[in-house]
Amino acid sequence: MKTGQQTSGIELRIESVSKRYGTRQVLQDVNLSVGQGRFLAVVGRSGSGKSTLLRLLAGLDRHDQGRIWLDDRAVGDARSDTRIMYQDARLLPWQTVADNVALGLKGRRSDIRRTAIESLDQVGLADRADEWPSVLSGGQRQRVALARALAHRPRLLLLDEPLGALDALTRIEMQQLIETLWKVHRFTAVLVTHDVAEAIALADRVILIDQKRIAFDLDIELTRPRLRGHAACADLEGRVLSRLLTRGSTQTDVQAA
Amino acid sequence: MLSGVHDRIEAEVASEAAVTQARPSLWQRVADSRLAPWLVPLALLALWQVAASAGWLSTRVAPSPIAVVRAAWELIRSGEIFVHLWASFVRALIGFLIGGVIGLALGFLNGGFKVCERLLDTTIQMVRNVPHLSLIPLVILWFGIDEAGKLFLVALGTLFPVYLNTFHGIRSVDPALIEMGRSYGLSNWQLFKRVILPGAMPSILVGVRFALGFMWLTLIVAETISASSGIGYMAMTAREFMQTDVVVVAILLYALLGKLADTASRLLERRLLRWNPAFQ
Repeated sequence: MKTGQQTSGIELRIESVSKRYGTRQVLQDVNLSVGQGRFLAVVGRSGSGKSTLLRLLAGLDRHDQGRIWLDDRAVGDARSDTRIMYQDARLLPWQTVADNVALGLKGRRSDIRRTAIESLDQVGLADRADEWPSVLSGGQRQRVALARALAHRPRLLLLDEPLGALDALTRIEMQQLIETLWKVHRFTAVLVTHDVAEAIALADRVILIDQKRIAFDLDIELTRPRLRGHAACADLEGRVLSRLLTRGSTQTDVQAA
Repeated sequence: MLSGVHDRIEAEVASEAAVTQARPSLWQRVADSRLAPWLVPLALLALWQVAASAGWLSTRVAPSPIAVVRAAWELIRSGEIFVHLWASFVRALIGFLIGGVIGLALGFLNGGFKVCERLLDTTIQMVRNVPHLSLIPLVILWFGIDEAGKLFLVALGTLFPVYLNTFHGIRSVDPALIEMGRSYGLSNWQLFKRVILPGAMPSILVGVRFALGFMWLTLIVAETISASSGIGYMAMTAREFMQTDVVVVAILLYALLGKLADTASRLLERRLLRWNPAFQ
């Protein structure tokens, strides 16, 4: 039953979605559709609503208006084919690495264990299976969190700035790991990040969320693996950044007025 | 000339430093040794013995340490001490189990459900602020001098520390972990078992240690007031016969039992919190 589902990612459709927290409008009339197995990156300033969009997709928060379709089902509570990775690893400190990865898996104990070890193996941490999370480094914890998400064979992987707290080198390693695993498993990926270079290195398509809407939508057609620092990457990065910065200045004007 | 003097002083200082490094002074070695924490108690004990032997200290005030040891030996030989120890131990255990389970259950309920907290917490706080030992006259009226009264008091004394710390523990579980658990499809029971309970455990165990302290305190008072067995009873009968040595034995037994309870809870902490670097 598993193999049939894992081969393709979820198709995502967002139709005029709005969300407000209290009196603050965070998203307004957002439309977006993402094909199966695509890699979408969402960039924006902090507080721009990009993480909110991800939480709506994960079913962690409810949108006020509009519709969100995952394949042909409306988004609901926790779904077994959608997994989210947070900025902090959120490992349970009182469970071993393997038990953390096995969280929420169903089936026989030995099967669960095997799935967890396989998943850890993919991120190169199978040998740390029986250790406590407290002895791992920040990068290793994020890899365990990635293994935990992948153990469920998700068809939609939501990444909420998962690399934001890592040092530059570990970041690049993690980006390559995510890209590799994405290519193997063909899930649909949505990455929220404030790092434009990261978005361009990983994604097929980058959208910029600003002032509650999608302000910019850019397909990235560079070949993979993408070389960091390559002229084409730098060019695209410049375009997105300049867009972000001009938007930012008008925003400040509005706030000042 | 002057510079020569300076040189000499520096040389002396240097050689002194070398000596202390090579061979620590006697004082330093004593302070570093494993016996160091016991020196003061031992000295006090010796002083006490001397004072008692010399007759400066009346046996009505305090028996000599040797007399205490002798009394303890007598009680052990006759087997009397074990009867009382057992009686106290069973009371402590049953009372603590009743109080602990109720405290834990209330803590889970009020920590987990806002409705329960609204309904129950104020009441619990009011009852908590009544010193439970002030209920002794009532307890004697209700239960007589039976076992039930003592168990009631011990249970009441241990309930609140367990309740407060369980409640606090549940409330302070990282909401990010709970959200993660939910999004990973955990059922309510799994969420409780794998996220909330272990997250609250450090706090619950602090409550248990407080409760163990209250357990002995309550038991001592309850047994000295009304009992026909137990360490407190042993101490009270000894008082009537002016056997200060037996009274001191009883006090030492409480100290020993308290220490044992504390050690047990430490072992429990080390076992249940072995994931936490602070307890490894």
